[in-house]
Amino acid sequence: MDIELARAWVRAVAVAVEKDRELLSDLDAAIGDGDHGGNLNRGFAAAAEAVAALQPGSVGEVLVKTGTTLVSKVGGASGPLYGSALRAAGKRLTGESADPGEVAAALAAGLEEVRRLGGAQPGDKTMVDAYAPAVEAFTEAAGRGAALAEAAQAAATAAEDGARATEPLQARKGRASYLGERSKGHEDPGAVSTAMIFRALADTAAAAG
Amino acid sequence: MKKFLNSADTYLTDALAGFAAAHPDLAVDLENRVVTRARGAVPGKVGLVSGGGSGHEPLHTGFVGEGMLDAACPGEVFTSPVPDQVVAAVRAADSGAGVVLVVKNYTGDVMNFDLAAELAGDEGVRVETVLVDDDVAVQDSTFTAGRRGTGATLLVEKIAGAAAVRGDSLEAVAEIGRRVNAASRSFAVALTAGTTPEAGRPGFDLPADEIEVGVGIHGEPGRRREKLRPAREIVADMVEAILEDRAPGAGEEVIALVNGLGGTPLSELYLVYGEVARLLGERGVRISRSLVGDYVTSLDMAGCSVTLCGADAELVELWDAPVSTPGLRWGM
Repeated sequence: MDIELARAWVRAVAVAVEKDRELLSDLDAAIGDGDHGGNLNRGFAAAAEAVAALQPGSVGEVLVKTGTTLVSKVGGASGPLYGSALRAAGKRLTGESADPGEVAAALAAGLEEVRRLGGAQPGDKTMVDAYAPAVEAFTEAAGRGAALAEAAQAAATAAEDGARATEPLQARKGRASYLGERSKGHEDPGAVSTAMIFRALADTAAAAG
Repeated sequence: MKKFLNSADTYLTDALAGFAAAHPDLAVDLENRVVTRARGAVPGKVGLVSGGGSGHEPLHTGFVGEGMLDAACPGEVFTSPVPDQVVAAVRAADSGAGVVLVVKNYTGDVMNFDLAAELAGDEGVRVETVLVDDDVAVQDSTFTAGRRGTGATLLVEKIAGAAAVRGDSLEAVAEIGRRVNAASRSFAVALTAGTTPEAGRPGFDLPADEIEVGVGIHGEPGRRREKLRPAREIVADMVEAILEDRAPGAGEEVIALVNGLGGTPLSELYLVYGEVARLLGERGVRISRSLVGDYVTSLDMAGCSVTLCGADAELVELWDAPVSTPGLRWGM
């Protein structure tokens, strides 16, 4: 991953979130308050703008800037969670480019930060249910020498599977947890948006070839 | 959706601009979304700051003024403010005596205020946080995000605000706020769901003859759905749930708040208050002070919440202290 690819990734997330803004908000309306799409759209649009104006010296600077912008613009729980994850990941990537192993370690650092802040375990019906399998798949692929595009593809698929698997779960964190049993039967919007972020990485890396 | 709107995107800014025009004794920073007192921090007094998602007005912006908050930061509708807003509010409220943050217990609010408290601390401001979690409808705190902050937020802001005016230290103001929260319990029932401008339709589907019992102030469903019944029976369940969780202690009377959720007429709220007063009378619980009206709302949701706060003489005296804000005004 180089600086340009990191920037393109953030742009791709912004495009994806804008396109699927209503889908995310509808998922959130079912078990939350229906603003996840709007909040992420506002955040990633601002982040894409911020990193476009940035002259970064490292891959990590792009991600840190993205994270800082999300914390400043999104609010709710998703702002601090996504923002802190990207900041933690970015701090690990100090070079002008990063190999898949370094990216895997950075993604894992982001996941650790999400779990520290939110206290969620796998199975709590949160973004962790998409993020954790994605990191595992990415790390496994990078470990056997896969290129970035291949590792990101594996991560995106694992994240999407993880998001789908949240449907029957009962939420134990965040606003959906107040629904108890009634949170079952709906995919978690945070897990779905996490899968979108990994899908955007896979598409961006594939396009960069 | 029928609302007074220019567009959903400008809803909050337009509403804040109107709020600023209506209240020249307050300063409204539309860019950063921070409401402060026009005359700035009160020298020597501990600052009191709160904030949260918009849509609960008059909470919190309407409680900025003499005797209550020094600053408030409204987030997007039903979305907590971002740390930058909170830090800006803290800076404006700090006269050097430190700042107490009043935070409702929701995952997003807690995270953003925690980040802000850290940042403000780095800037050298002493910050204490009072977490409000009075909603007894959330029974299983182990497997949820914990009890929600609802009607007691008003009591915490009023009473801690009076303690700050009295000259209490940072720690003492926070302690009073925590005492009020610990002595308060709330329970809400919705008759209809609220509609956010962004979504354009009600937050949940509630059949015409059903009510949501134990609802949260963002329309989060509560304990159960049931058929609409006479008010006397619904209110009995609400009061029962509260007293089961915390009965007033020896020597305590209660401050009773019947709060409208935005779409219920005052006459119905008084009807509910009448039932509350009768039920408490039957149980020998004395009401020392009462408040009835729309204070912690959920946009246009029809419904109400009942909050009972066990109050000793000191808390009642602080409750009675003068207050002058857009949303609450007495004694001056």
